[in-house]
Order: sequence, then C-alpha cells, then structure tokens
Amino acid sequence: MRHRTDPVVDHALAREHGLSDEEWQRVLSILGRTPTFPELGIFSVMWSEHCSYKSSKNCLRTLPTQGEHVLQGPGENAGAVAIGDGLAVIFKIESHNHPSYIEPRQGAATGVGGILRDIFTMGARPIASLDSLRFGPLDDPKQRYLLRGVVDGIGGYGNAVGVATVGGEAQFHPCYRGNILVNAFNLGVVEADRIFLANAGGIGNPVIYAGSKTGRDGIHGASLLASAEFDDTTQNKRPTVQVGDPFTEKCLIEACLEAMRTDAIIGIQDMGAAGLTCSSFEMASRAGTGIEMDLDRVPQRETQMTPYELLLSESQERMLLVTRVGAEDRVREIFERWELDVAVVGRVTGDGRMRVRWHGETVVDIPVDPVAESAPVYDRPRQEPAELRARQQLDLSKIEPEADPLGALEALLDTPNLGSKAWIWRQYDQLVQGNTIVGPGGDAALVRVKREDGTPTRKALALAVDCNPRWCWLDPHAGTVAAVAESARNVSCTGARPLALTNCLNFGNPEKPEIMWQLAEAIRGLGDAARALGTPVISGNVSLYNETAGRPIYPTPTIAMVGLLEPWDRFAVSHFLKEGLAIVLLGETTEELGGSEWLALRRGLEAGLPPRVDLEHELRLQQVLQQGVAQGLLLSAHDVSDGGLALSLAECTFAGPRGLRVGAAVTLPGGLRTEALLFGESTGRVVASTQDAKALLALALREGVPARVVGETGGDELRIARDSGEVLIAVAVARLHEIWSRALPRRLEES
Amino acid sequence: MFAVVQFPGSNDDRDMRFAMKSVLGAPCELVWHKALELPPDTRAVLLPGGFSYGDYLRCGAMARFSPIMAAVRRFAEAGGLVLGTCNGFQVLCEAGLLPGALLRNQQLHFVCDFVHVRIERSDTPFTSRARKGAVLRLPIKHGEGAYYVRPAELAKLEAAGQVVLRYCDAEGRRSTDANPNGSVGDVAGVCNARGNVFGLMPHPEHAVEAAIGGLDGLQLLGSLLDAVRSLSAGQRVLA
Repeated sequence: MRHRTDPVVDHALAREHGLSDEEWQRVLSILGRTPTFPELGIFSVMWSEHCSYKSSKNCLRTLPTQGEHVLQGPGENAGAVAIGDGLAVIFKIESHNHPSYIEPRQGAATGVGGILRDIFTMGARPIASLDSLRFGPLDDPKQRYLLRGVVDGIGGYGNAVGVATVGGEAQFHPCYRGNILVNAFNLGVVEADRIFLANAGGIGNPVIYAGSKTGRDGIHGASLLASAEFDDTTQNKRPTVQVGDPFTEKCLIEACLEAMRTDAIIGIQDMGAAGLTCSSFEMASRAGTGIEMDLDRVPQRETQMTPYELLLSESQERMLLVTRVGAEDRVREIFERWELDVAVVGRVTGDGRMRVRWHGETVVDIPVDPVAESAPVYDRPRQEPAELRARQQLDLSKIEPEADPLGALEALLDTPNLGSKAWIWRQYDQLVQGNTIVGPGGDAALVRVKREDGTPTRKALALAVDCNPRWCWLDPHAGTVAAVAESARNVSCTGARPLALTNCLNFGNPEKPEIMWQLAEAIRGLGDAARALGTPVISGNVSLYNETAGRPIYPTPTIAMVGLLEPWDRFAVSHFLKEGLAIVLLGETTEELGGSEWLALRRGLEAGLPPRVDLEHELRLQQVLQQGVAQGLLLSAHDVSDGGLALSLAECTFAGPRGLRVGAAVTLPGGLRTEALLFGESTGRVVASTQDAKALLALALREGVPARVVGETGGDELRIARDSGEVLIAVAVARLHEIWSRALPRRLEES
Repeated sequence: MFAVVQFPGSNDDRDMRFAMKSVLGAPCELVWHKALELPPDTRAVLLPGGFSYGDYLRCGAMARFSPIMAAVRRFAEAGGLVLGTCNGFQVLCEAGLLPGALLRNQQLHFVCDFVHVRIERSDTPFTSRARKGAVLRLPIKHGEGAYYVRPAELAKLEAAGQVVLRYCDAEGRRSTDANPNGSVGDVAGVCNARGNVFGLMPHPEHAVEAAIGGLDGLQLLGSLLDAVRSLSAGQRVLA
C-alpha cells in the first residue's frame, strides 16, 4: 500500500503532522495497524483544531441553537432561518486569518470563496457579504501592505463572483500586528423546502466531483497553517495558502444551483479545509454510510500527484456531490455547459468505511465514524489571567479631564478606527444583484430579498457585524455580551427585527490556560446574550492560535447579526435626512469611560471595566426602534458606540461621500464629566431623528425606554452644549467631514 | 424581445432582465453565449456587466469570440439596437463594434460609487427620454473603466456626436474630481457612427427603483424601450 515516494510512517512523522502522542495512540487503536502515509494525512487534518473544534467543542455545546425560525443550526455548512412565505436565509461567518497574513490577496480572496461555497452548497443563492477585518497600526508599512492586499483580495473575488459586499468593519490595534484577522460573512436566499445537506445517502449512489481540477496548493492549510501559532518560519508556510479563481466559482454557483433545480442531487458538500478528505468523510459520516473512491478519476491540474496530495489538497472551487443512480449524465451535462470539470469518482457503500484506490491499489481503508465523529475533545485547563484585575482598575478621579473637547472629537474622527471606511468599501461592488437598499457605512446594511426567479418581495434583511476587542480583553464575558447587543441594536436601527446570529471566535493559543479562559468566558457571554435577546447561534467558526511569537491577539468574538424587515418600504437610515427634525436620544448616559476610545487615544490607557449592558433594556429599545420605524416616526437611528455620543452625532451629520450634510444643535443635560458625556461609551443608546418627537417620546415611555429631545437638525454646524449654556463643541460639519473622510486615504495614499 | 447575452462570468445579466422585464414590463430573455443565432423576435441586444471569462487576459477579450458575438455583429451591422454596459461596453470595444478601449482606472483600483453623467445627445435611441444637458445619477463599479482613444480620434468622435455621456458633477460641470476613472474627455458612454450601438460604463440597470439606486437608469433603458416600440411589427433594424 505504500507509494514509492511516501515516507515511512512512525510516531515522529505523526508528531510532525501535529498529532499529539495520545492522538497517535488513538489512531493505532482505531486501525489496529500503522496508518499509511495518506491515512496519516487524513487523521492529521480531520483531527486538527480547525476541522475538529477539539478545544472549543465542550463550550460550544452550551450555546442556544434552537428557535422557532431555525431550520438548521450548527453542524452543517451553514445555518438556516425561515423568513416566511416559504423562503429561508442561510448564513455564516468564517475566518481566513493566517492565510491572509502570509499572502493577503489570495488569503482574503479564498476566504470569500470558501464562505460563498458554504452558502450555495446548501442550495442558496449568495446575495450579500460582510467582512470584519483587523490589522496593526497603519504607521507600519507592512500593515498598509496587508490592508491593501486584503481589500484587493476581497474585492477581486467578491466583485468578480457577482455577490455584493454590503458592509463590514475594520479596526486597527497593535495586538493584530503579527496576526491580522479576516472574517468573511455571506448570506444566501433559498426556498425553505429546497435546502441541501452534506449527506452521502443511498448505497450505490454515484459520488461526483465537480469544479476546478485538483492541484498541489493549500496542502495542510487547515492543519498546519490554521491550527498553530505563527513564528519566524511563518513565511515558509506560503505554499499552504490556496489560490482562488472567482470566475470558476461564479460558474460553479450557477451550475450547482441549476443542478439543484433537478431532482438528481442527494447530498452536496464543498471541498474546503482538508479538501476531498474532509468533504467525503463528513458526507459519509452524516449519512451513516461509507464511500469508495478511485483517485485516478479525480481531475488533476498536474501530473504525478500522489494519493497524499490528492486527498489533502485544498485547491479551491471544488464540490463533491452524491446523486441518484442514473442522474450522472444529467449532472455532467450541466457542469460541462459551464465549462467545469466533472467526474464520477466513487460510490456510496454500506459498510461505513472510506476506501480509496489509486492505480488499482487500496491506499486508504479506514472506518468513517471514528475519524469524523470520535475526534478528540479536550477540556483544556482555564485560568483567569493574573493581570486581569489590575487591568480592570480605573480610578476616574485620577484621569485628567478633557480640556479640548473639539480637539478630542477631531482626533477621534481622524483615527483609522473611527474614520470613514469608504476607502475600503468603494473597492467592493455593493450593488450587484440589485438589492442594496442601504450599503456600507450605516449601522447595518439593508438588502431586499428576491426569489430565485427574480420576483421581488417585501422582505429585506438587515446585516451587521460587530466586536469591541478591547472590551473583550478587559472582560471577555461582558465584551461578548456587548458585541451581541450592539449587533442586534444596529440591525434594529434600520427597523428590522433581529432573527439569529453567526459568530467567528478569534482567539490565541487554547493550550494556554489564560486563553482558554478567555474563550470559555466569551462563549458564556455569547450564550447569555443570545438567549436573552432571542437570537439563536445558528452557525459559526472558531479560529485559535492567533498569536505570533507568543503574543496573542485580544479576544475577538466577531458577531454577525441578521434581522428581517417586512415590509421594507419603511426603514431608517443612520444619518440626518433634512433640517428641522427633532433629535431624540434613546437610552441613558452614565459615567463610563472604561475601555473607551477616548481613554485609549487621549490618555493612552486601556483599562477599566467595559460599559454595563442591560439586555432587558436592549429588548425594550429594539421595540421602540422597530415600532418607531413601522409607524413612520423614525427617519434616522444611529447607535452610540465607539467614540461615544459626540462621535455618533458627528456621523449623523455626514450623509455619505457625496450626499447632503445636515448640521445639528444639541443640548445635553446632567452633571456628568465632559469626557463621559461626549465620549463615554454607555451601551443601549441610539441617536434618532423624527418629525414627531411627541409620538416618539410617548412610544419610548410606553416601552420603558428613557428618551429625551436633545436638539434639532439644521444649519451647517455641529453644536453641542450643556443645558447650563456652556458650549462644548461648535464646528463646521464640513470640517469634521473632511477629517473623517481623510482618516484612511491620508495614511494609505500618501505613503 | 430584448435579448440579454449571458457569458460565463456575466453578473448583471439577471439584473438587466429584472430592469427590462419586471420594472419596464418589456419581454426580455437571457441568451446563452454559445447560441449561434439570436432569437428571431429579438428587437434589441443587451450585453450585461460582469467579468466574462473572469476578465482574464483583458476585459472582454475572450467574450468577443463567443459564438453569439457573430450573430450580435450581424445584428448590429444590419442596424439593430445594441447596448453594452460596463463589461458589455468592454466587449463591444474589443469586438470593434465601438471605438476605443477601456483601460485600468487611473487610481489603479476598483471603484464602486454613484457618479453623475451628462447627456450630450438626446437624439439617440438610448437617450430620447432625457434632454440634452440633463444630469443623471448612476452607479459605476469597475476596475477597468478609463475610456481611451487617441486625442485626434476623440476630436473626431466629438465632432461626429458619438460621445453620448460624460462624467460631470451634480450641476453638470466637467472636472477632474468628477471623473472617477481617468477617462479621456470625461467620456462615460459612446455610440458608433450609425448610432445604433451604444456602450457605457455606468449601470442604468442598477438605478431603476426609487429606494434602490434611484430611477435615473430608466431614462436610458426607457429610451431604448421607446425605440424598440417605435419599430413596426416584424422590423428588427433601424431604418
């Protein structure tokens, strides 16, 4: 069974493949013999952190995944939620962090390609993407190179494949200098009764390979690249990064959706992490079947590929399908019309084994279930970081007050974190498929739903992605609760009702107890908030080992929330639309400066406890927003988050790069210290504008949400005063807009 | 019937059909690029945006060799109405059905934004619903949209009235700031000498609903519909 170029398999080789001693023993006992080289490769990828979730599985089990609308929770390629009238949405967010650091353009591009396949594999047409990006500070040329490359990769792939990128977030912090984050989200629409699963059912059914040819790229992307820390040999891992071809993906989308409209397909799975291996094992495992496969029939990009390479290649744009007997030709005809490779490579068997032949020899013969389902699960030790309590200490009486509020606002608007992200999203096609009601730059994107035949519906989806990593570093539970709450609030600001969420948990090395503690705390927070807000966790991804040379990133549990707005003929935008509107502040401002942007930028401190989140209040606030929009009371609604109220008000006066700008005069009550009033980041607040303040205040009162009229839109200045008459900020909107607009371009184009 | 050609890699084909069929109520079908003939009742051909053949080699360079393009050429040469948007414009230039070429944007990267364009001629089958000098707000989304012809040729096109659309600001004034990609002469759209083939980089099909992109695209697509309706039954070409 041994190919002439295969190395001898032993304990040492297993260790090089990332298997622990205990895992090696488990392999030996499952097989009752030493594995072949391809078999070792299979165990190594299937049991990698990336594919098996072995460190996080125990915690993830505690998450709420069910709900009245949930059609499919975690465990399939993506989750599915019913949106009524026989339609469903399928969505998920996934990381492509390490590949994007090593090769930013291809790493990010294949991140987009991979998440798209997770969506259309289930029968949905992908309609909208979001991206959550994190880099080190832009004064470092390497970070500028990474940002440019990642944006180019996301745009290059997403634009060509014809799926709109409608929103996202980008943040910059030194902790990401050696380990950037690229999290890609996609959502698709499908008829609820036409969802396809990754299921190799029906003994004797043909197993069909379709898409790109298999090459030598991306071998061990999942096991060696995604499941280990970075060090100074990192650049040598470049060959583990895959290369994307959006043109093939576009053809693959159309061919798969067309094939799915026939009755030919039993199950379908994309070849993502660990390629042919992972896809075939998962399909067989879910169906309780086996598969026999002939590697000679796999379409190959280059000659002389070994079974090991064929099984582990992560070449992109490939699918594995199980069809009905006799439907092969029909499926073949569809894929060939789209000029894609297609081949019957095997059959479904009933004996629960994976048998792979090559040149007439059996090179793999292992039981499916022990590999796919009995992967090791670790309950790794957890320990609160020793310095956490010190980090959380913040004595406000020792913080020097802000002497120059306008200077502080301008400085905040000029940071890459709070400045306009238009430089990024102008490089993305935000409009293709013709559904974008609200694109990037607002609280949430708003995307109209069409049926596959093109019939427009009255349904629109609100999409938002959020995380404040500094808060998660100060308190992973509270920070994660806040991320869920903010994403739900952002979705609600359009008028939509939050339905469900997906998440991407980006953390350091879980073998360190402090990291494992962060991960466990974050998952606990995720569960608490998701339960309280009634938004189940329907899919997600865990990305661990995000550290370089022993320095971990801040815990970054990215939350993407999806909401439904129906009918969508009434919705709120995030900026002031015209003069003469009353500005209403929903929610309460308290003296909270812990973990704020102001504290970090103006006092150089990352300390304190993050602002408190009252999930009951969030639910009431959502009601006010949804009803306010439905009743036509709310013309705009903008969440108060990073940078506080002053920053939110400034953003409300910016109406996009070429739009009209409407100023505002605001008077704020209370005896709070200036920096807490202007720049504190108390949660649960929204700046709204309305023509009928009386009705809006009455609505808020009914729902039990604190609300007050704080000013009026109009003029070309942003003016913020205390009710004592003291003017805190008075500045031309055009000036603020210029600073905010130039925050990224001035750093990226003039270097 | 409006025929929207579907190349592998076309992205805006379904959106164009949506605009013609669902919004304007005109019969409109997708036609596969391997077809040797246009459907017999074709009254106008639409080449949509996207990345035909991945835009590998050069935008539109491979699509021009698709079998359907021979039929599109015959149709155009017989006076049939042909509209190309974005990638469709690039295909028409590559096929020699329109003058000039589309180069990489001046700023080198892809740009998606709403821009203003000025109607330079209202006496074409593509602009009859607009008045000369009118300013439309339309989206662009392209990486290779910088229109180029040699200066002498640009002068000839201008003299012949083939420059149909130019980038401008909201008030209709031309300026470097208002030109999003570095096109010569701020050219956003040109027609052939006969006036029956028109290509533009902006996307009228993404501006056909008030809340999704605005309605300005209808001025162009509606003009084309008017032109087709003015053809007598059975007639496929302009007189």
